Amino acid sequence: MSERGGRLDKAFGAVGSSSFTEFLASHSPQLLPGAQGVTAGQLEAAHGTTIVAATFEGGVVMGGDRRATVGNVIAQRDIQKVFATDEYSCVGIAGTAGIAVEMTRLFQVELEHYEKIEGTTLSTDGKANRLAALIRGNLGMAMQGLAVVPLFAAFDLEREAGRIFAFDVTGNKNEERTFHSVGSGSTFARGSLKKLYRQGMSESEAVTAVIQALYDAADDDTATGGPDLTRRIFPLISVITADGYRAWDEAATAQIADEVIGGRMHRPDGPVAPLTEGGESR
Amino acid sequence: MTAPFYVSPEQLMKDRADFARKGIARGRSVVVIRYVDGIVLVAENPSRALHKVSEIYDRIGFAAVGRYNEFENLRIAGVRLADIRGYSYDRRDVTGRSLANAYAQTLGTIFSSGAEKPYEVEIFVAEVGDDATEDQIYRLTYDGSVADVQGFGVMGGQSENVEAYLRDHYTADQDLTTALRLAATALGQDGNGGRTIPAQDLEVAVLDRTRTQPRKFKRLADRQVAEALS
Repeated sequence: MSERGGRLDKAFGAVGSSSFTEFLASHSPQLLPGAQGVTAGQLEAAHGTTIVAATFEGGVVMGGDRRATVGNVIAQRDIQKVFATDEYSCVGIAGTAGIAVEMTRLFQVELEHYEKIEGTTLSTDGKANRLAALIRGNLGMAMQGLAVVPLFAAFDLEREAGRIFAFDVTGNKNEERTFHSVGSGSTFARGSLKKLYRQGMSESEAVTAVIQALYDAADDDTATGGPDLTRRIFPLISVITADGYRAWDEAATAQIADEVIGGRMHRPDGPVAPLTEGGESR
Repeated sequence: MTAPFYVSPEQLMKDRADFARKGIARGRSVVVIRYVDGIVLVAENPSRALHKVSEIYDRIGFAAVGRYNEFENLRIAGVRLADIRGYSYDRRDVTGRSLANAYAQTLGTIFSSGAEKPYEVEIFVAEVGDDATEDQIYRLTYDGSVADVQGFGVMGGQSENVEAYLRDHYTADQDLTTALRLAATALGQDGNGGRTIPAQDLEVAVLDRTRTQPRKFKRLADRQVAEALS
């Protein structure tokens, strides 16, 4: 594969790019996600659904429901959709799961490769731009219905704040300062967070808001998985602060999820927001 | 017409080896030492930016002496090889042994090819395992030969003095601070009494198996090195 006749071939020593994707494209293009291309026609593949992210005082939280669907069938009940991409960033994936996971893997190697070759990490905007380029590279597949729309969250060490970036299938990058959601249930999750989000939330408040939003998404979107009480499957929550990426302990998440569900027993539509009070600005 | 001089293959190889060896001896030494939780790599290197010790992959570190452009080229090739292998298979499938083999083949081919100047470099490839029995350190020389290093290894500069000191003072199962002190003193051995190398002139990195992250390679900041040496 990599060495011809034992000796490392010339491409390995070539001077130039610090990008792993560019190296892969010139050396082993068959390994790039979606390199095989697809012919026209309908294809049934697993889809990931809803990802939610919100910033809080000193960091950013991202959570995803656990359901993957193929058409009307639930393909998996406990899929992981949020992945750490380096020490200070993570990606949540919505869309065609196979391509999204491959793209995330490539993005992880891309960030680490740059860090090792250059001896320094990419800026947060640099990371977001690299991800945008990967998504743009998948445009052909997206036209065939195999779209991938990730949500990118990072802690920016220079600004000392959590940041969220959303993308569309053409790689258009938008920074969101407060919260965002992608996937089939995102309309409902965003509506929910609109009422629940407030400036200066603590970490656990932000996690509660994200779990509430995912509950609302599952409430109205069939493809989004709600809390699975019998199997004790709850959303996976990741937090990034100045100390780096951390996956929330599942027991701690379950506890907050139980509180949320407890509240919904009395009021199935969730917490009430004041009708006219607009004291807080964001 | 004059007949071309006949040079025996033995003489040719000897000349090439002498050339490479001279280049390598000109620089400063690099030391690798196994300690109880992993492997520490120490180089005398006043430069902040031009590293002699670097990360290749999760469990694999790289240290080199000799010509910077040549070993930097090998380092980048190693990172690319490791990343492409880890990406197309799995992270666990990247091993120090395969990397050492690729380096050996590359250096060996360059050394015996008449068209290229031999590389004036020596390399350590260190891999930390789940426990001490799985730790591996390979030493690669300019001609592509590979040696398995036990306990500690030295290359470049006045390596005989440094090696003699380590042979007398190295003990298995030492902790990081002890290993670092030993490395610093050993690197200062110049054959006439020795000198003290200031902490900021030492480039230190560890492959620490107790780290919870998959990436076990970590550079030690000047402050940490100074604390360990004081």
